[in-house]
Amino acid sequence: MFDFSKVIPSIPYILEGIGITLQIVIFATIIGLVLGILLALCKIGSIKPLKWFAEFYTSIFRGTPLVLQLMLIYYAMPQILGFNIEPMPAAIIAFGLNSGAYISEIIRAGINAVDKGQQEAAKALGVPYSKMMKDIILPQAMKNILPSLMNEFITLNKESAIVTVIGALDIMRRAYVVGGDTFRYLEPLLIAGIIYYIMTLVLTFLGKMIEKRMRRSD
Amino acid sequence: MIKIENLKKSFGKNEVLKGISTEIKEKEVIAVIGPSGSGKSTFLRCINRLEEPTSGKITVGGTLITDKNVLKVRENLGMVFQNFNLFPHKTVLENLIYAPMNVKGVSKNKAIEKAEDLLRQVGLFEKRNEYPNRLSGGQKQRVAIARALAMNPTVMLFDEPTSALDPEMVKEVLNVMKSLAESGMTMIIVTHEMGFAREVADRVLFLEGGYLVEDAAPEVFFNSPKSDRARAFLDKVL
Ligand SMILES: Nc1ncnc2c1ncn2[C@@H]1O[C@H](COP(=O)(O)OP(=O)(O)OP(=O)(O)O)[C@@H](O)[C@H]1O
Ligand SMILES: [Mg+2]
Repeated sequence: MFDFSKVIPSIPYILEGIGITLQIVIFATIIGLVLGILLALCKIGSIKPLKWFAEFYTSIFRGTPLVLQLMLIYYAMPQILGFNIEPMPAAIIAFGLNSGAYISEIIRAGINAVDKGQQEAAKALGVPYSKMMKDIILPQAMKNILPSLMNEFITLNKESAIVTVIGALDIMRRAYVVGGDTFRYLEPLLIAGIIYYIMTLVLTFLGKMIEKRMRRSD
Repeated sequence: MIKIENLKKSFGKNEVLKGISTEIKEKEVIAVIGPSGSGKSTFLRCINRLEEPTSGKITVGGTLITDKNVLKVRENLGMVFQNFNLFPHKTVLENLIYAPMNVKGVSKNKAIEKAEDLLRQVGLFEKRNEYPNRLSGGQKQRVAIARALAMNPTVMLFDEPTSALDPEMVKEVLNVMKSLAESGMTMIIVTHEMGFAREVADRVLFLEGGYLVEDAAPEVFFNSPKSDRARAFLDKVL
């Protein structure tokens, strides 16, 4: 049933996809983080229109399939923009915008979990809002945020496999290509699966390490 | 020093303060007492605008408090909370120097010098590099008092500063407050410590149901309260 002999020469080619996958996930996370912080600040702030916008944004991106968002950006945006977008930037933008919505919820929850008394103490000392957030609230919120953020990162790493639909040459796409070339899909797909699984294990392990270090600094 | 005119505060339909007027002079020590839910905390928190008054005027040192100048006014109003609210991710010393440096722009050296002085005053100099979670409740509250004093406030507000403490720690905090009062600090203290109020306060404000029911010297208030409500309250707590 298994015959890896035809696929083995292609393993390095599949492995190269790790770089692509990581690029997409890392850049998307950076975009998602910046966007998530901004959206979270809008949500907990007192400016109503910004609040509504942030809530609306989040509900749209959480309420529609990621694949749809990806295809809209890759296939449909050029119709509006008048120029094509490469698969990589399209993937990074789609995943970044999408994870921004999820990350903003993570950050909002993390901030809300910080004792109300902290804000009051800062206010009572005359600390302006922006400094209070930066120096008092966010550092404490990070403890609540970081584990969930790590989960989001791991989820994103797996979910990024759907970029295969727009032809970005990530792990998944490469496995599929090798399958097409050799007429054997089982082996390359298994290899892709193993790669994703190992990546998840490594990321989970890293996440645990970071959490441990943060707890020690308590 | 502080003038409060017809202060009213509602939470939704619930009117908690129903028109309170009083004046607090420089160096005066005021004890605010009253049954639970009578609006003592709300009264105190309206003074530094942790709560937005529904109506009424509050002036501090001649300045009418508005949304615009509230940060500036808060620099002069130190506040101490029941639950300490120390910054857990900062050391004791960092708790004390943060606001002077970041709000008033005091240099780090000056801020540390002042902070160490204050820590000596409250007897916690040797704890300056500890994190708050390594301190007892009484120690935390003394740090919180020092943190508020680090801003050089003209008035100190206390909201039940000893209510969250184990009985054996109440004394150390009250002693710090007492010496602060003796040094001439203007203080408004919401408290259930009747003995302390009687000994240290210049005036007692008795709140009940959102009204300022009595405003009298402690001897007068504790020995011969005018209202039935104050009498009933004292019967219960003394
Ligand atoms: N943020 C708030 N939102 C809604 N209602 C509030 C809020 N803060 C206080 N209240 C209500 O206002 C009333 C007075 O509360 P306050 O905390 O001022 O009383 P207190 O005299 O300090 O009582 P205690 O001795 O228990 O501390 C209570 O009925 C309380 O439920
Ligand atoms: Mg209270």
